[in-house]
Amino acid sequence: MTVKPIAGGRGGAATAALPRSRVSPARGLGGLLEDERSLAYLLLAPTALILTMFIAYPFLRGVWLSVTSATVGDPGDYVGLKNFEKAWNDTIFHRAAVNTFVYTGVTTVFKLAFGMWLALLLNREFRAKRFARAFILLPFIIPTVLSTLAWQWLFDPTFSVINWCLWQLGLITQRINWLGDEYLALVSIMIVNVWRGVPFYAISLLAGLQTINPELQEAAAIDGATPRQRFWKITWPLLLPVTMVVVLFSVIQTFADFQLVYVLTRGGPANATHLFATYAYQIGVGAGLLGQGAAISLALFPVLLVVVIFQLWYIRRTETV
Amino acid sequence: MDAKRINRRQFIKVSGATAAVAATGLEGVLAARRAPAYAQGVTLNMVRWADFVPASDKLLRDEILPKAEKALGATIKLETINANDIQPRITAAIEGGGGPDIIMTQHNWQHLYEKGVVDVTDVAEKIGKAQGGFYKQSRDVAVSGGKFIAVPWSVVGLMIAYRKSWLAEEGAMKFPATWEEYRALGKKLKAKGRPIGQTMGHTFGDAPAFAYPYLWSWGGAEVDTNGKVVLNSKETLESVEFMVGFWKDAHDEGGLAWDDSSNNRAFLSGTICATLNGASIYIESLRKPDQYKTDKGEQLKTDILHATLPKGPKGQFAYHVPFSHMVMKYGKNQKLAKDLLLWLGTRENFDPWFVSQKGFSVGTTTDWEKHAIWKEDPIMLPYRDAARLGRAPGFAGPPNAKAAEVQTKYILTDIYAKAIQGMAPADAVKWAEGELKKIYG
Repeated sequence: MTVKPIAGGRGGAATAALPRSRVSPARGLGGLLEDERSLAYLLLAPTALILTMFIAYPFLRGVWLSVTSATVGDPGDYVGLKNFEKAWNDTIFHRAAVNTFVYTGVTTVFKLAFGMWLALLLNREFRAKRFARAFILLPFIIPTVLSTLAWQWLFDPTFSVINWCLWQLGLITQRINWLGDEYLALVSIMIVNVWRGVPFYAISLLAGLQTINPELQEAAAIDGATPRQRFWKITWPLLLPVTMVVVLFSVIQTFADFQLVYVLTRGGPANATHLFATYAYQIGVGAGLLGQGAAISLALFPVLLVVVIFQLWYIRRTETV
Repeated sequence: MDAKRINRRQFIKVSGATAAVAATGLEGVLAARRAPAYAQGVTLNMVRWADFVPASDKLLRDEILPKAEKALGATIKLETINANDIQPRITAAIEGGGGPDIIMTQHNWQHLYEKGVVDVTDVAEKIGKAQGGFYKQSRDVAVSGGKFIAVPWSVVGLMIAYRKSWLAEEGAMKFPATWEEYRALGKKLKAKGRPIGQTMGHTFGDAPAFAYPYLWSWGGAEVDTNGKVVLNSKETLESVEFMVGFWKDAHDEGGLAWDDSSNNRAFLSGTICATLNGASIYIESLRKPDQYKTDKGEQLKTDILHATLPKGPKGQFAYHVPFSHMVMKYGKNQKLAKDLLLWLGTRENFDPWFVSQKGFSVGTTTDWEKHAIWKEDPIMLPYRDAARLGRAPGFAGPPNAKAAEVQTKYILTDIYAKAIQGMAPADAVKWAEGELKKIYG
């Protein structure tokens, strides 16, 4: 039997049309496997099943919980948008919302800046380059909880190593209350997030940098372009699609961050460092108010949806231009 | 298959034991001296906190539970987790419809999970009656609608551990009786780099154990006896205003970020003069006498004393953390789980665990005040009847699910934490009142 190639429509792979079956249904399983359309569905089935079980079902269940008065052990009743209204009037929720945006915005800028800088450095030739590349990934490889526990010690109110060093250097006369001050606690969490996130940016951007033809840089250098000009006129535009994808993933992950805050401050002091995820956890899982917790966590969804749509649109636009 | 034939005598023995078990529960098991047939081949899973006295967990795992396994004929698996992770674990288990058969709780948390647990009145009443009756606090937190929803297990007494010599250097030969005296003394000590240590963080034990009785001692309360929110009162405001100055004058300001173990470390390393705590600091200093020393090189254990929280304008109160065990409704071996709790709660089986605690935990019934352990170490004596002073969260109302929600959200702790961080005391009280009204309605 000859198999026709898959015909691409105007929309590319997303709208690819598969040839109709020429196999008689009577031929059973063998025939089913030979029919490209059926085979395609069959091959997609495991992925679809996993996505349904682990993404779609929990999401839909979360949506349902958010409109009920469910508590632990009690499915509750339908309450409409009451949980969202409650969250809207909740001062801790407001604080968590502001924190989440500030946390995501600030850390993304720093992670991108440091990640780019590191990627540019790692893209150069130097001794022990491979070792340096592997080493740089360490913060990303170590389980977050473990590395955050180490940071907890570094920021410890009584035994902080950072404070000790600053004190030994004569830079401070009093302990810095890293996790006990409402603003410093948020700054401390952001420092840990940047430390942990930079390797992801660096390695991803490095991969992008290596796809840029060095001849472009050389030609520009011969034409007298300064390193700064070469970066902004060649490297940055060519790296932009990769950068956008990296930022997209990072924003989603940072927006929904949980572990750092949970380990370092548990949302304290006095709820000053709660993010959407930690506050939803405290309400839903800690206090057992599942409906309210689901409503708080779903507050993330419209924001992330807009971010994702915008970034995907932007990536597609830059690819087609 | 190698099946043994059962003769008439064996049949009568087995059926007699089964009948005894069916008729009399655990007493039947003990009387029959053989494990009940329904327990054979069954595994019971139990989750408890990782004890601040590790020797007790070891004893439970290595000696007590193996004995229970023999008595009940079941395999018992014990898992210990951080106390701050117990609530998430319970929620996940109930919602997932599976997990440990028995889970330890603290405070009045069990009221949040009432629909997911089994009525254990029969077990609790047997233990209570046999041992002189439960303390009011232990009973209140475990009962809902006249039924026990958890079996009281222990009470961790919370007292102020303090450095005798440091207080004496400031002329205080006994611990201050009032908050004013404590503040004045603390101010002098902080000036010498020896502040008071107190957590105001989001942590399960020491934070509420301070905030609640401190509020009560000023005459503040979350609700009245009818469940109406009465937090926004002159008394509460006074307590917050005093706390702001007290903190600045006398406390280690890192306390806003402390968890339940931070003050232990700070005290043992000699950076604070006093802290509200279970007896774990003193017990640790006993365990490693040559590791923990005073600034004069003496063993730290010789310089530690315990005292109750000082009096406020409206009296002296305490909140000692009650611990209980819940039998989970989703469990397939509920009867066996109840039998295990009854077995563990009987005097002879509870005794070795109680002794291993060295007073860190006291019993939930008055009989344990008479135990010989209290004659061994006078430093531990203040803990003996501490549980008599304890009030339950939710005062002046019942320690129900709403009170548990307030406690779980750290609202009463955060009034003080917010004011310490700079919020106007009146605004902090108003904020907390608003949060309480959302919960109590």
